[in-house]
Amino acid sequence: MATYLEFIQQNEERDGVRFSWNVWPSSRLEATRMVVPLACLLTPLKERPDLPPVQYEPVLCSRPTCKAILNPLCQVDYRARLWACNFCFQRNQFPPAYAGISEVNQPAELMPQFSTIEYVVQRGPQCPLIFLYVVDTCLEEDDLQALKESLQMSLSLLPPDSLVGLITFGRMVQVHELSCEGISKSYVFRGTKDLTAKQIQDMLGLTKPTVPVQPVQPAQPHEQPFVSSRFLQPVHKIDMNLTDLLGELQRDPWPVPQGKRPLRSTGVAVSIAVGLLEGTFPNTGARIMLFMGGPPTQGPGMVVGDELKVPIRSWHDIEKDNARFMKKATKHYEMLANRAAANGHCIDIYACALDQTGLLEMKCCTNLTGGYMVMGDSFNTSLFKQTFQRIFSKDFNGHFRMAFGATLEVKTSRELKIAGAIGPCVSLNVKGPCVSENELGVGGTSQWKICGLDPTSTLGIYFEVVSQGGRGAVQFVTHYQHSSTQRRIRVTTVARNWADAQSQLKHIEAAFDQEAAAVLMARLGVFRAESEEGPDVLRWLDRQLIRLCQKFGQYNKEDPTSFRLSDSFSLYPQFMFHLRRSPFLQVFNNSPDESSCYRHHFARQDLTQSLIMIQPILYSYSFHGPPEPVLLDSSSILPDRILLMDTFFQIVIYLGETIAQWQKAGYQDMPEYENFKHLLQAPLDDAQEILQARFPMPRYINTEHGGSQARFLLSKVNPSQTHNNLYAWGQETGAPILTDDVSLQVFMDHLKKLAVSSAC
Amino acid sequence: MNVNQSAPPVPPFGQPQPVYPGYHQSSYGGQPGSTAAPTPYGAYNGPVPGYQQTPPPGMSRAPPSSGAPPASTAQAPGGQAAHGQFGQGDVQNGPSSTVQMQRLPGSQPFGSAPLVPVVSQPAVLQPYGPPPTSAQVTAQLAGMHISGAVAPVPPTSGLGYGPPTSLASASGSFPNSGLYGSYPQGQAPPLGQAQGHPGAQPPQRSVPPQASSFTPSASGGPRMPSMTGPLLPGQSFGGPPVSQPNHISSPPPQALTPGTQMSGPPGPPPPMHSSQQPGYQLQQNGSFGPVRGPQPNYGSPYPGTATFGSQPGPPQPLPPKRLDPDAIPSPIQVIEDDRNNRGSEPFITGVRGQVPPLVTTNFLVKDQGNASPRYIRCTSYNIPCTSDMAKQAQVPLAAVIKPLARLPPEEASPYVVDHGESGPLRCNRCKAYMCPFMQFIEGGRRFQCCFCSCINDVPPQYFQHLDHTGKRVDAYDRPELSLGSYEFLATVDYCKNNKFPSPPAFIFMIDVSYNAIRSGLVRLLCEELKSLLDFLPREGGAEESAIRVGFVTYNKVLHFYNVKSSLAQPQMMVVSDVGDMFVPLLDGFLVNVNESRAVITSLLDQIPEMFADTRETETVFAPVIQAGMEALKAAECAGKLFLFHTSLPIAEAPGKLKNRDDRKLINTDKEKTLFQPQTGVYQTLAKECVAQGCCVDLFLFPNQYVDVATLSVVPQLTGGSVYKYACFQVENDQERFLSDLRRDVQKVVGFDAVMRVRTSTGIRAVDFFGAFYMSNTTDVELAGLDGDKTVTVEFKHDDRLNEESGALLQCALLYTSCAGQRRLRIHNLALNCCTQLADLYRNCETDTLINYMAKFAYRGVLNSPVKTVRDTLITQCAQILACYRKNCASPSSAGQLILPECMKLLPVYLNCVLKSDVLQPGAEVTTDDRAYVRQLVTSMDVAETNVFFYPRLLPLTKSPIENTTEPPAVRASEERLSNGDIYLLENGLNLFLWVGASVQQGVVQSLFGVSSFSQITSGLSVLPVLDNLLSKKVRGLIDGLRAQRSRYMKLIVVKQEDKLEMLFKHFLVEDKSLSGGASYVDFLCHMHKEIRQLLS
Repeated sequence: MATYLEFIQQNEERDGVRFSWNVWPSSRLEATRMVVPLACLLTPLKERPDLPPVQYEPVLCSRPTCKAILNPLCQVDYRARLWACNFCFQRNQFPPAYAGISEVNQPAELMPQFSTIEYVVQRGPQCPLIFLYVVDTCLEEDDLQALKESLQMSLSLLPPDSLVGLITFGRMVQVHELSCEGISKSYVFRGTKDLTAKQIQDMLGLTKPTVPVQPVQPAQPHEQPFVSSRFLQPVHKIDMNLTDLLGELQRDPWPVPQGKRPLRSTGVAVSIAVGLLEGTFPNTGARIMLFMGGPPTQGPGMVVGDELKVPIRSWHDIEKDNARFMKKATKHYEMLANRAAANGHCIDIYACALDQTGLLEMKCCTNLTGGYMVMGDSFNTSLFKQTFQRIFSKDFNGHFRMAFGATLEVKTSRELKIAGAIGPCVSLNVKGPCVSENELGVGGTSQWKICGLDPTSTLGIYFEVVSQGGRGAVQFVTHYQHSSTQRRIRVTTVARNWADAQSQLKHIEAAFDQEAAAVLMARLGVFRAESEEGPDVLRWLDRQLIRLCQKFGQYNKEDPTSFRLSDSFSLYPQFMFHLRRSPFLQVFNNSPDESSCYRHHFARQDLTQSLIMIQPILYSYSFHGPPEPVLLDSSSILPDRILLMDTFFQIVIYLGETIAQWQKAGYQDMPEYENFKHLLQAPLDDAQEILQARFPMPRYINTEHGGSQARFLLSKVNPSQTHNNLYAWGQETGAPILTDDVSLQVFMDHLKKLAVSSAC
Repeated sequence: MNVNQSAPPVPPFGQPQPVYPGYHQSSYGGQPGSTAAPTPYGAYNGPVPGYQQTPPPGMSRAPPSSGAPPASTAQAPGGQAAHGQFGQGDVQNGPSSTVQMQRLPGSQPFGSAPLVPVVSQPAVLQPYGPPPTSAQVTAQLAGMHISGAVAPVPPTSGLGYGPPTSLASASGSFPNSGLYGSYPQGQAPPLGQAQGHPGAQPPQRSVPPQASSFTPSASGGPRMPSMTGPLLPGQSFGGPPVSQPNHISSPPPQALTPGTQMSGPPGPPPPMHSSQQPGYQLQQNGSFGPVRGPQPNYGSPYPGTATFGSQPGPPQPLPPKRLDPDAIPSPIQVIEDDRNNRGSEPFITGVRGQVPPLVTTNFLVKDQGNASPRYIRCTSYNIPCTSDMAKQAQVPLAAVIKPLARLPPEEASPYVVDHGESGPLRCNRCKAYMCPFMQFIEGGRRFQCCFCSCINDVPPQYFQHLDHTGKRVDAYDRPELSLGSYEFLATVDYCKNNKFPSPPAFIFMIDVSYNAIRSGLVRLLCEELKSLLDFLPREGGAEESAIRVGFVTYNKVLHFYNVKSSLAQPQMMVVSDVGDMFVPLLDGFLVNVNESRAVITSLLDQIPEMFADTRETETVFAPVIQAGMEALKAAECAGKLFLFHTSLPIAEAPGKLKNRDDRKLINTDKEKTLFQPQTGVYQTLAKECVAQGCCVDLFLFPNQYVDVATLSVVPQLTGGSVYKYACFQVENDQERFLSDLRRDVQKVVGFDAVMRVRTSTGIRAVDFFGAFYMSNTTDVELAGLDGDKTVTVEFKHDDRLNEESGALLQCALLYTSCAGQRRLRIHNLALNCCTQLADLYRNCETDTLINYMAKFAYRGVLNSPVKTVRDTLITQCAQILACYRKNCASPSSAGQLILPECMKLLPVYLNCVLKSDVLQPGAEVTTDDRAYVRQLVTSMDVAETNVFFYPRLLPLTKSPIENTTEPPAVRASEERLSNGDIYLLENGLNLFLWVGASVQQGVVQSLFGVSSFSQITSGLSVLPVLDNLLSKKVRGLIDGLRAQRSRYMKLIVVKQEDKLEMLFKHFLVEDKSLSGGASYVDFLCHMHKEIRQLLS
């Protein structure tokens, strides 16, 4: 199996692709019986420092319905200067530029190691990046101050020629005009009125260039940049102005009566931001960055009324259908998200408040456009500040780790059809012969729009097996705007072998990538959870797991103890166990906003991060040896250990009982116990390392045995000891968890029992 | 009377009797009388001579030889008569007459000295007379008739007069136009007279000389010859006219004299009556005409007239054509008389039903229990006891109330009374406020309400013992018990939402569209505001104004400004959602000027720059007001919006207007639509504004039609003002605009006001005119009210009034002062009640009446065709006068025009109203102008309407330069202008300097700094500052006039015979206007005819 592991790893590193199955079942029926669909996790912009983009355009298959890109899998006739498309078998002439082609003089795209290649397209105008800040002013003074500072700081991080704009909102929405000298101007909109894009553009004076003659189309391209420049200006021109403007930003001046929430017109603000960009820079990479410190309380998109006595909806309310504004608000934001997506603009949401802010309703803004969703308690926390700063982090070339306006096109060889995709994308509704009628995730198309991308953005792409062939091939073509404003095309072409599930099940089994499969199944589960009742999803997941075990487990009927799973499946049930308990599927103890946020991140992170989310990592530090990963189990919680848990969203450092006592006694300050000091320091350093790399910044929790924050750890570990199995008490085997949740052992027992039973 | 007079002249002229009849018919028949009536006034000078002459003319030959001598004889009788009258015991006449007498004798060298003197005297007397004769109103009327009296004389003499009578008879048939024509003829004669008497006249001065100057130049020469060949040449003026004047001149004395003469014979009725009678008789005589035969007199004049009408005899027409304008009641004379008689002593308001001095008179007021006439003026101070009487008289009962009128510095503003927490003491039933008329009873424990008779307990803290007269001992310590006007501090119960108001705010809303920028308006305004903001109205001794300010600019979108003091730079907030206006900011929009000075200054510096390159020409309007109103609402205060607007709001927004100006609608039934707002949006908006206490002042700078009728709806309903500067250019209009602006910003305003007029039982306030809004039938709601705004209230009977108790008015105004204090201003006024119509007519005020009628008519045009409105006015006027004639004047011939003394100016003023731009637009008057004027008049006070309708025409070069007092005005007629003089004309809105073509070069040099008339720039608006006496004096005078008016009057220099003169002539209201308005004389005749019709 090691070979497969290597193979998988190698492929991932080269192509950013991980398939659930690396050997494909050869018929539709067999594929169905495999339980876990044939699917892959694709990280379109996986960082490839070793892959310099080529400076020419790709060669396309000449068949209009195909247009696949020349790749190493194509058959090339060097003499005839022909190449055969490996998807449609069309024979194509090489373009004149390839005249010198020969076996020894191959273009990069024909070399096997360039199964992933990136082209730089020189065509078309290069549009600068656009950053539109949408800032809530209904904040506490220190929050606002912190936010202002963050924003001011961000100006220095932006590329000098990128365009920035500023919209602030509270009870009103203000679109700030940045071009003016002296007096600062802003256009103000009522926060309660839903405006159409046309109205917004009219009111901002965007639609009416000074010449009233509309029919003259040619004139418009010249006019537009001019008009829009009032609101979106190159940073280098106005950063002083904007810094001052941000500095003078006041809290929303409208009085907030006792017992009321401030009136916050988030819905209109976003609508205007979308409308503004739509009118000025359609189909240009742009980032709308929404900073909000509370829920929208008025106008379209309001999530909760301004009466404080009425709390914002909870899962309970939603189940009871008691969330008055939810549907309407969701619809509003969906409409906006779709419009933004259609124009290639992405929307980020940075929500910092102690209470919920309506992320549930607004999630589609980020999810459909590839924006970020960041949730924090306050803008005045390092969590927000560093997260925000990290958005503008740069890669080894000094470019932002972000890309815009991407279109992902998937081409398959005839044996496969595309069932759908799950990730921060919207369908472009491009039907084709390779599009399956069965949808998994966002389906019915072979192309998706991903307005905001970063090197970790990962999509789950699901396929349907139609028939067998020689070598199944899939080509992923991602057009995008690089942060250097270049248009680029990244092409990844992968192929896997087919195997007959009847005869070669072992091969298929061995080529199972349980990590990828877990994540892909989890994505499906989460995707379902968005629209279905929680228990249904769990039941579905369970059934899938049971079927998988039945299919690939080795057992004797009706004998649970005989049940075995091969190595390539061994971890899968455990992933499923933790997935069932994860916040992605369990809403208990999570607000709707939290759930939305967690799901948001889950749907876009790459495999490693996703796995961490599903099953947090636990490290143990002790005097007994170097730090070691330990089971995510209550038995790992020991008095003389320090635990470091990474759940992706949280980093928890937990001092065992004894360690905590020692620390309180101050041993670490005594020179003779320097080793204790080092022990205490070790997890901190490691945590710091994780913190440095992670986006978004995780919540950093430093706690100890009996500490209130220890709940973060206790809620995650497998409750192998609870108040229900008291026999464990007093033993040095860990800490009991006060929960009624089933433990992994119980779960596995049941699983085995069900798997071997012939009842299902 | 006129008839008579005219008659006499006629004969001389010739005897185109045939013409005559025609004339009579037109209106002459009646008119002659009427004309006569008018003549009496002006006549003084002229008339008198007329008389003298007339007799001769009557003779028929006399005229030729020299009207004078015969006239003298004729007069002599007259004169005697006058004496006689005096003798009879008219004290007033006596004195005046005596004086006159003395002079006259001296002056008159005529052979028939005795007689002559007499005659002349009357003339002199007249001026004097009127005042003394107050009681003798009738006498004046008589005066009118005087001529008539003269006529009688003639009869005595025999010859001449007879004929006139015949004329009268003829008169009946004439059409109006005919009438007019006839007048002219009449006028011609007067001239003749003047000449005839030159000697005698000098004393009388003004009239004769003027007359002479005019006619001669005009056509006197030619006419004369043609007409009365013999006579005329010499007299030029023609005796006949003179005679008319007499009639007209009615000046009491004269009238009396004639009257006496007449009366003498007829019988010794009261002097006045008698005098009148004679006059009438004359007319009657005229009617008798046939009997007397000597119609020729008439005839001749008429012929002349005839010519007018149909121009039978070209030559004649001119000379004969006029009645002597001097003979008809002269506003100038009335004003002068009132000034002389009542200007010197303070007007003490203690007595019920006193008629105050005219608005044109400077007088002091001492408040002793009734509101000063500066606050309230009534059409009549004596109210008929019953509605029947009131209906019969048709005299509107109305009060013109100016609750916050500014007082001269010598008069104290109303005391503020604080009744503590319980608030002002009021009647429990009718809620009237404590006032001097409340009756304390039961030893002071209770009081009876003077309005509703309800008996109320006196609260213990207010108790006070009564003295032996039943008066509270502390009556003189308490303003509310001793004064007519005072203020109460309001308690929280009187405040909106039961919260004391916050200080008001001013919001400046500036149009920054292309037009406004290009004309330089924005720059000018911003510059001015910087300094002007230091002069916001403040209360009492407050160090700084409590008023906050805010700024908005707009074109098709609105720009609000955050000028919070903590900002380094103002912030602009653009609201482009004009369809659904809102206020984008709260904090920092309305600020204290001193705190935010730096930011405001910066803003005002930048506004012109920011929009310097604007190409936006479209504007919105309703959203602007809405925005201001919303801002005030958000700030929870009342306030005022200053809107500076340039163009028709055609941008897509609520209140969008289209150009609907259509001159073709004029004189059609649809004309009223020009005055009506285009859309209901503005009314709705205004209603909201009123509810918020948001007053809107609108400054318009249109280059073309902006639909003032619609745009002014909100200012009108919110108690605001509209200013209009057509084709604004900084160089030309800067001074005017800035002056208006300064005044408007600085003036003290009351906000969020409610006015209620309570009356004692029997009458009731039923109708209100002015700039305000009413949501019910009793409360006048004013978002803002300043010291210039006037509300006219009409009363009707709902029960019998009691002569004993009179009628009481109490006007209570609840308002927020500019410091945010809630107050009640109370004005009380007690009026008399009468059972005799004569009392009513004796206590009327024509100026107030005109104020009411104008407002009534101006409102009428909204709903009725203009012609209907005019006819209504004429009919009402005729009814008023006919009622007087029928019930109060002593019986006399129907052919005589008899006017009540108090209303003798009613015809001339009413004619001015009828000719005004609103009711009879000239070709050059735009629809906007009409709507603008209409709207202005609605809230004018009496003084303003007075001068607006009858402009003041001041000769500048007649009196010696050293004479620093204001020169006496002359009548607004072209005839009064001498081409060797310079005149100043003003009507409260316009100011003209008319320069005669043959003004002395020295005068031109010292006034204009150029060497000749031809070098004077026509249309000049500023007089050069020259260091000489004349220049200083004239400029001083102009400044003085401007200071008197609430709006800055832009000066326009008009040269004689220049294009601009047409504009100027428009204001010579006694003349026939180009747009078809009748001349004074013609109108008088017409009125007479109407009256006669009513009487018959």
